[in-house]
Amino acid sequence: MVAIPEPLPRIEGSRAHLGRRAVLALALLTAVIALLSLGYGAAGTDAARTLWAVLTGAGGDATDRIVMLQIRLPRMVAGLAVGASLAVAGALMQGLFRNPLADPGLLGVSAGASLGAISAIVLGAALPAAMQAVLGWSLVPIAAFIGGWLAMLVLYGIATRSGRTSVATMLLAGIALAALISAFSGIVIYKADDDQLRDLTFWGMGSLAGARWTKLAAAGPIMALAMAASLRLARGLNALALGEAVALHVGADVQRVKRTAILAAAALAGSAVALSGGIGFIGIVAPHLLRLVIGPDHRFLLPASALFGGALLVAADIISRTLIAPAELPIGILTAMIGGPFFLWLLLSNRRVIDA
Amino acid sequence: MRRAVPVAVAVLALAFPALADPHPDARRIVAIGGAVTEFIYAMGQQDRLVARDTTSYMPPEAMALPDVGYMRQLSAEGVLSVRPDLVIAEEGAGPPETVALLKSSGIPYEEIPTGASPGGVMAKAEAVAAVLAAPDPGVVAALKADLGAAAAAAASVDQPLRVLFALSLQGGRVLASGKGTEAEAIIEMAGGQNAVTGFEGYKPLTDEAVIAAAPDVILMMDRGDGVIDLEAQRAELLGLPAIASTPAGKAGRVVRMNGLYLLGFGPRTGKAALDLHRALYGDG
Repeated sequence: MVAIPEPLPRIEGSRAHLGRRAVLALALLTAVIALLSLGYGAAGTDAARTLWAVLTGAGGDATDRIVMLQIRLPRMVAGLAVGASLAVAGALMQGLFRNPLADPGLLGVSAGASLGAISAIVLGAALPAAMQAVLGWSLVPIAAFIGGWLAMLVLYGIATRSGRTSVATMLLAGIALAALISAFSGIVIYKADDDQLRDLTFWGMGSLAGARWTKLAAAGPIMALAMAASLRLARGLNALALGEAVALHVGADVQRVKRTAILAAAALAGSAVALSGGIGFIGIVAPHLLRLVIGPDHRFLLPASALFGGALLVAADIISRTLIAPAELPIGILTAMIGGPFFLWLLLSNRRVIDA
Repeated sequence: MRRAVPVAVAVLALAFPALADPHPDARRIVAIGGAVTEFIYAMGQQDRLVARDTTSYMPPEAMALPDVGYMRQLSAEGVLSVRPDLVIAEEGAGPPETVALLKSSGIPYEEIPTGASPGGVMAKAEAVAAVLAAPDPGVVAALKADLGAAAAAAASVDQPLRVLFALSLQGGRVLASGKGTEAEAIIEMAGGQNAVTGFEGYKPLTDEAVIAAAPDVILMMDRGDGVIDLEAQRAELLGLPAIASTPAGKAGRVVRMNGLYLLGFGPRTGKAALDLHRALYGDG
């Protein structure tokens, strides 16, 4: 028996108020952090002056212009997009699996994307020179996206029988598939030379340093589409939180919600990994913290996660590029170093809630 | 037709390696790559340097320069932040996004060819000298003479010794240099023969593979920082059953040389090959 809490409307009413305010506050916070990020970096470029010079056509220093328009601005946009995508993909997975620890890794996306990227880094040099010239540096992102997407499709195929996706099968099959894919990655890694091994290591630690307008233009539409589809899932995921059977009874198209959530999460996580490599913990920390503050209502949780994820990643990127300037600390190290202890604290201070 | 252009460019690039342009007036140089930095110091042009990458730690004075990151993981803003008027980077610097952005920034970017061979290190020396466009205090000539002397010494060897280069001992397993490694190149330049030819790159050897390699000498790096107890490591190495049964193990022949000196393929490579030759064959 699934117990539906009696005073549901009133709680939802009070939380909705909170949720709306949280989304507004987060929008403001994200905007402030994004603007701040334009002012920080190794080059010491003055953001306001440079932007003013660009807007008024006054020219200004050529290096400052490159730093602002070709480095910091695309980095800011990439940070917002990747952070938002990771957090929303995490929130979708947690809603779908009804487990606060779920993330797109359960869909095989991370393992598949790693295999794609590793293969591109190690075997890309064997491609014909003409193909390399055409693909250029987009080879690794494209391979990562395709790898993540393919792994998810295989898993979805395994878990879906006669039009019904079994979330439990997906979870278990995902573990087996991820192990298999990691084995393939191992084979490719064994073939790698020293330089490629270095590249692999850095790719796994993530970075926004490679953010360029061309990459963003390629990933942007996919992310925007998946984000729009995700935000429309809020009511379906809320219904699913009551359990599949109840969700069906209250009239939710459970299969459609599952399919859309899986496809959208894979698209979001896949493009995020393609843009920035491996960045951990945003997808778990951002939605989880918000759930504690504003509650589990996906109508507010999803947009709030998007904003908070973006703000967190841009803030981490500011630290990543200034801490050891002129060199950079890979951002994945920072998100894990901040996210790990934070998550432990979250667990410890909410033990009663979690154990219940 | 449009596809033919990149192909043609690629073919041209392969056929004619880009000739380095001289930059006699560059005063704010960023050096990327350990060997490039070492050449710049050897040529006495270090006053023109403003930054280096993480792999540039020789000579020790270079460590005082700002570090713009690992050469394959450079940050565009980091490099631009030192306001360079010239970037001299060894081939393989990256990531490609950063290199493309730096090239488009209008700051001259000179790529120095690299290669673990006498020809490769000479090309590197000549390219650095050409880019600096300063009077060379005989670095290129001295390198050429050293490489020639090493080649002559190597040619005089009738019975090349089989040398196993052990990069490290991971829990009793030997991480050995296979084909196409810098270690193999310097071993051959010194008149030796790489004992491990079954794979490319640096990979762990099984005990049986160590015995099959039958090395006469084991070559290891000495980082020269005193972190590793060399005597203890030597005892550990010779105590491994597989190593003990090889000719090198029986004779206790372990040669140690400074890592960057041995494998850096910079200005001292000719001398390193000669030193290794003397260590292997014990003659002048």
